[in-house]
Amino acid sequence: MSLPEPFRLLAFLVGLMGFVALNAAYLVWVERKTAGRIQRRPGPTEVGWAGLLQPVADGLKLLSKQFIVPPGADALLFRLAPLLVIAPGLMGLALMPFGESLLALDVNLGLLMVFAFGSINVLALMVGGWASRNKYAIISAARVVSQDIAYEIPMLLAALTLMMVAGTLNLSEIVALQEGPFWRWNLFRLDLNPLMPLTFLIFYTCMLAETNRAPFDMAEAESELVAGAFTEYAGMGFGVFFMAEYANIVLGCSLMTVLFLGGWQSPFGAYSGVWWFLLKLYFLVFSVIWVRWTFPRTQFYNLLNLSWEILIPFSLFTLILTAAMMKVM
Amino acid sequence: MKNRLKEIASGLGSLVTGMRLTLAQFFKKDVTVQYPHQALEMPPRFRGHIELVLDEDTGRAACIACKLCEKACPSECIAVEGVKPEGGGKKMVTEYQLDFTRCSLCAACVEACKSEAIRFSREYNLAGRSKEDFHLDLLRRLEEQSKEHAARTPPADAGEAQP
Repeated sequence: MSLPEPFRLLAFLVGLMGFVALNAAYLVWVERKTAGRIQRRPGPTEVGWAGLLQPVADGLKLLSKQFIVPPGADALLFRLAPLLVIAPGLMGLALMPFGESLLALDVNLGLLMVFAFGSINVLALMVGGWASRNKYAIISAARVVSQDIAYEIPMLLAALTLMMVAGTLNLSEIVALQEGPFWRWNLFRLDLNPLMPLTFLIFYTCMLAETNRAPFDMAEAESELVAGAFTEYAGMGFGVFFMAEYANIVLGCSLMTVLFLGGWQSPFGAYSGVWWFLLKLYFLVFSVIWVRWTFPRTQFYNLLNLSWEILIPFSLFTLILTAAMMKVM
Repeated sequence: MKNRLKEIASGLGSLVTGMRLTLAQFFKKDVTVQYPHQALEMPPRFRGHIELVLDEDTGRAACIACKLCEKACPSECIAVEGVKPEGGGKKMVTEYQLDFTRCSLCAACVEACKSEAIRFSREYNLAGRSKEDFHLDLLRRLEEQSKEHAARTPPADAGEAQP
């Protein structure tokens, strides 16, 4: 199946938008169901079978609400922030190689591009928080900036380790290099770096922090900051921030799938395909939800200490170790 | 440095323990009762508003309208009226009004009753649109209940139960 160029890209764009919207809607459902199961209750059950129509009801409710720009707010930036916040999820997923030929954009510097667009997320939350003219939003924006900058460093160091292992920034090439049974995946390449699982763990932790997920959800700590940077947003403005959170989780998890878990490669070396990518992706997404409903929120200074005192030294160490091993072997 | 590493390792271990715990809960059965669809049986000592006890032999309220409960009530929320039936016999209750808005469920009336004619109901679905909804006519409630009971039991039994 190959359409001529502009149409192929358009089809991918529409497909990705649908993918992001469907994920955002149904991951909320999955999250609520999982939270329920972990707390020994059934979760949403009333709307549709097993509450499956709940996201539709929630979406309709949000759509029917008015988008209010609070008085004294910066109207332009206030309207811009929801548009900015959804961009990194969409752009990042456009670069993800879902399957061997299922890829919207094959870019040489794919990994770099994902991180470059990923940073827009911080900008968007900051712009939204700043433009709201609300004390909670401002505090949240300040927290988002310091948190995401602190965690971007170990995340990039971990990604750098992977880049050295793979020798390329092209995401589909990184996946192609992990061909074969599961011990060829980067996560299990202990011959290249015995600390690979640690790198994975660092990357995972940073991903949680970058997407502002519990236990690192200082940006939207409900008990202290109401809804953080998007306190003042109503209706679909709020809905887009919510969708962006899940889009970012999906992006983060698919990046981990590509970097560490061999993307579309099958663990047995046969029947590789997009289903393996999705299986790995949703396993990681489930673990993110699982983490959220297990651990309490950290304190803010502990959050920053974790990054600066533990994650950065360890990721630097794995980076140097990988470099040394590559030179020696 | 060594202590710090140990601390980090034990911290990671505790995180794993937490994750294992929540995953174990994930696969267990729900403990919540989906209230409008399911309801718990109220325990025997549950205190709903008071209700009259049916005398199985006569098929009427066991109350003899002695008004001890009315006097015992500290909130003055009970009003009882009774008549002596023609041809002697026990006094019969003709009206038993409970103003549940003032009742504090103190049980003074239940303790005061000598003929064990009142008890706590297990009614908890109490919601109303006005104050008057809680001015309960307990005698009428008892009649309705015994009618319902008669309708539910087989006709042979119902014939016996009706006077």
